[in-house]
Amino acid sequence: MSPQQIAIALWTLVVKEIKRFTRIWPQTLLPPSITMTMYFIIFGNLIGSRIGEMDGYTYMDFIVPGLIMMAVITNSYSNVASSFFSNKFQRSVEEMMVSPMPNWVILSGFVLGGMARGLGVGLIVTVVSLFFTRLSVAHPVLTVLVVVLTAALFAIGGFINALLGKKFDDISIVPTFILTPLTYLGGVFYSISLLPDFWQGVSMLNPILYMVNVFRYGFLGVSDIPVGWALAAIFAFIVVLFAVALWMLERGKGIRS
Amino acid sequence: MAEPALSIRGLTKVYGNGFQALKGIDLDVAEGDFFAMLGPNGAGKSTTLGVVCSLVQKSEGKVSIFGIDIDRDFARAKYHLGVVPQEFNFNQFEKVLDIVLAQAGYYGMSHREALPRAEELLRDLGLWDKRNGSARMLSGGMKRRLMIARALMHRPKLLILDEPTAGVDIELRRSMWEYMRRINREEGTTIILTTHYLEEAESLCRNVAIINHGEIIRNTSVRDLLMELDTETFLFDLAHALDAAPDVPGFEVTQSEPAQLAVAVHRGQRLNDVFEALSRQGIQVVSMRNRANRLEEMFVSMVEQGNKALDESAAADQDKEARA
Repeated sequence: MSPQQIAIALWTLVVKEIKRFTRIWPQTLLPPSITMTMYFIIFGNLIGSRIGEMDGYTYMDFIVPGLIMMAVITNSYSNVASSFFSNKFQRSVEEMMVSPMPNWVILSGFVLGGMARGLGVGLIVTVVSLFFTRLSVAHPVLTVLVVVLTAALFAIGGFINALLGKKFDDISIVPTFILTPLTYLGGVFYSISLLPDFWQGVSMLNPILYMVNVFRYGFLGVSDIPVGWALAAIFAFIVVLFAVALWMLERGKGIRS
Repeated sequence: MAEPALSIRGLTKVYGNGFQALKGIDLDVAEGDFFAMLGPNGAGKSTTLGVVCSLVQKSEGKVSIFGIDIDRDFARAKYHLGVVPQEFNFNQFEKVLDIVLAQAGYYGMSHREALPRAEELLRDLGLWDKRNGSARMLSGGMKRRLMIARALMHRPKLLILDEPTAGVDIELRRSMWEYMRRINREEGTTIILTTHYLEEAESLCRNVAIINHGEIIRNTSVRDLLMELDTETFLFDLAHALDAAPDVPGFEVTQSEPAQLAVAVHRGQRLNDVFEALSRQGIQVVSMRNRANRLEEMFVSMVEQGNKALDESAAADQDKEARA
């Protein structure tokens, strides 16, 4: 395919993915917005006012970046996992497989679609948060960079999950039993400096902690961990997972007999 | 000499569970041909076509599409290929127009180029009025036509149709046949068809391969195949029921129902002789028809012979093992 044809194919796939999640917005865009509003009201407003400051900021200001990141992670992942798996289930993935579209374009199309939903929901949550607090962004470029990279990373993760999944249950296991606990324990609601030394050490093994902290650093200018190191780790994860997903696609794992 | 539209050499497929679906198939389909691939369920037809379309990974062998080796440049080979699979494989919740436009996009066709093509195909196939409706609202026949429109969006030179008229009513089937004949005749599209309706193969196709147990057991023209047919059985509907089958010298006549006779006519025999013999006995024939489609008789006989040979070979192996 010529570069122009590749661009058309990629654009087709991305637009198709965006149309999919906007068509079913009551399932994709509305629920996370409502859930996050509940978090802002209950944790930020009602309970937060009794907690006091966290790392020198009001509790509401402290949890806003974490909650935005949580929405981005969950939605990027689940969009690709459910969309690609449903393509497998309905066999419409064959439309792409019989076409001359390179595998990296198929992978990138789904990842960009997942990122679009993750970032879209992140934006909605950010707008909702403005009803509860005044947001200030200390490092805008870093904030955008880290949220985009995180969306990409989890969208690729969702793709691998969908490739490996054999039934619908398989695409809900990872978000329920791995992603959600790691996110909750990733410093969304608290600073790890509150934890005893041992649990601080354990928390440092949680990759989501780095993403939440770098994102919070972008907003507030405070972080529990070194920012440069965290960015490098996110980038390395993206490269490795993209390569793994592409290799699986080339080998036809889960889609070719 | 022109490259064949499809060339297959020594194609073998062994699935993960050890089942050998294809046992070294060789096949050539000439450019512009209307080719039938026949075989019972599980014979290997869909596996063969699956390899050609990249949906199934081959174990061994070479496949070329218009001279392009799929192992060397599958992407370029895929430009020549349009596929209509056996089962519906589009997103049922998408709009009809979106489905065909997306397919064009996957082949790198711009929206400006794809839209008139989509209109032309959807109009030809009677789907233009449904273009803004969700695909799940279409009838079974319309869904099949949608898959044909989708496969033709990028103007493929080789169209693979895997049981395209399964579950389609007779009137619609005839109109789909006419459409397929038209694109084969007017646009020169090479068509490979698998079907269970042998009447369909007899009516549409010039050449045929019969596949059974992962091997091609015949590969010839439909005309030559039918020439080999030695006996045809005709059913005579009678004006009155008979107590027993009448004696017609030189013909095998059996009574299939009280008022129906089955008459086997060998090549070189004349039906007039049967009518004369029946008239002499005062038996009136009201109507007459073939008992089965001619190709179907031959197909069933070939497949049965193949199965019998396989059973005998398995029995011989068992016998050898028992002796050892």
